[in-house]
Amino acid sequence: MSWVTKTLSSTIGRKLIMALTGLFLILFLTGHVAGNLQLFKSDGGEAFNIYAHFMTTNPAVKLLSYLTYISIIGHVIFSIWLSRRNKAARPIGYGVSTPPSTTVSSRNMGILGTIILIFIVIHMQTFWYQMHWGEVPFVTYDGVEYKDLFSIVAFAFQNELMVIGYVIAMAFLGFHLSHGFASAFQTLGLNHAKYSPAIEVIGKIYCIVVPILFASMPVYIYFTQS
Amino acid sequence: MKLTLKIWRQKNASDKGGFVTYPIDGISADMSFLEMMDVLNEELAIKGQDPVHFDHDCREGICGMCSLYINGHPHGPKQTTTCQLHMRSFSDGDTITIEPWRAKAFPVVKDLVVDRGAFDRIIQAGGYVNVNTGGVPDANEIPIPKRVADEAFDSATCIGCGACVAACKNASAMLFTSAKISQLAMLPQGQVERMSRAENMVAQMDEEGFGACTNTGACEAECPKGISLTNIARMNREYFSASLKSENV
Repeated sequence: MSWVTKTLSSTIGRKLIMALTGLFLILFLTGHVAGNLQLFKSDGGEAFNIYAHFMTTNPAVKLLSYLTYISIIGHVIFSIWLSRRNKAARPIGYGVSTPPSTTVSSRNMGILGTIILIFIVIHMQTFWYQMHWGEVPFVTYDGVEYKDLFSIVAFAFQNELMVIGYVIAMAFLGFHLSHGFASAFQTLGLNHAKYSPAIEVIGKIYCIVVPILFASMPVYIYFTQS
Repeated sequence: MKLTLKIWRQKNASDKGGFVTYPIDGISADMSFLEMMDVLNEELAIKGQDPVHFDHDCREGICGMCSLYINGHPHGPKQTTTCQLHMRSFSDGDTITIEPWRAKAFPVVKDLVVDRGAFDRIIQAGGYVNVNTGGVPDANEIPIPKRVADEAFDSATCIGCGACVAACKNASAMLFTSAKISQLAMLPQGQVERMSRAENMVAQMDEEGFGACTNTGACEAECPKGISLTNIARMNREYFSASLKSENV
């Protein structure tokens, strides 16, 4: 076994993978939420469609999207391995177990993550799959033809269940991030008297602001596009 | 004080075990928890029953031998060792549930006694320094900044009781291992084996079957010596840097 595989198959090495993929996904979420803010423009979806076209055709973005898929898959696989090991480390549980002063999110990252994964599958089926291989109507801006992804988004969020589902999923994402953000830095060993308090605060702000921005999109579309 | 004790009884490692309830009376609030256990055991001995086996040694809060999981907390409701827990922390009429540490790496030997040999093997893997024998070195021959000395000492206060493993939902030994790696990594005397120590102690920790850390902080909250999570971050740094730099291919 070479030193690389030895390191990455240790518990700390696998946690390193969790932290790195998690932080990359946080970067992805930041870009995703920033780009999708164009849904709020009242231009009939023009800016959003041009942006969606860029995101699906630009080679640099392609590379980033592959990294995102790898990060999601890696995050899931390594979390399954770690969870199984953690479960096996205590075959017989306690008769009485009062949870100590830890947060609900930190104790239930696996459950939160599973819900988010289910959301991702539905989300990608609804938009990502449609954009790449589904039947999307075309629109023309300044003589150039674009796929009208906005019409798909507008249609999908006419369904109340879809809107409610998205808002709930974003709440779970917020709880997942409320522990995951700072936890990733701790796992990387980045613990410092000066910077750790700032990371904690940024993590707390991030886990509230980003999911709320995401959740506001289906709600906004629901009320403006009917 | 009149109490009801629900105690885990298990004849040996292969026995299934189960809870047995013992009523106990005449307990003084000033007794330590272990003295209350002694009273129970005397009563059991008089009745000709097998006394409850539990680990204890110094009864001064420094040896790390006592190990009871009391009412859902390692070492009970106070952040201290079981021997330093007093019955005034409980109320008359309380039911107290007493269990052994639960972890695959800490198998139950009998009743409340668990085998913590896994910790010894982690220490043997690298928790030491090689020093020249001979004359006693002069005091302050090696200058160490006060802050570093204090931090290393804080890590060194870990008594290896295993409360961190008992408290962790993953039965992870990372707080213990990280404290033992930290106390030596910070000091000049620990530099010679610094990289091999991090690599070998982490490898041994994994081999013993402990879980991985999810940074919940339960260990830190329950540790009778207040060992902090910064040790785990330091261990991870030590381990990553050792993996990158050591000559172990």
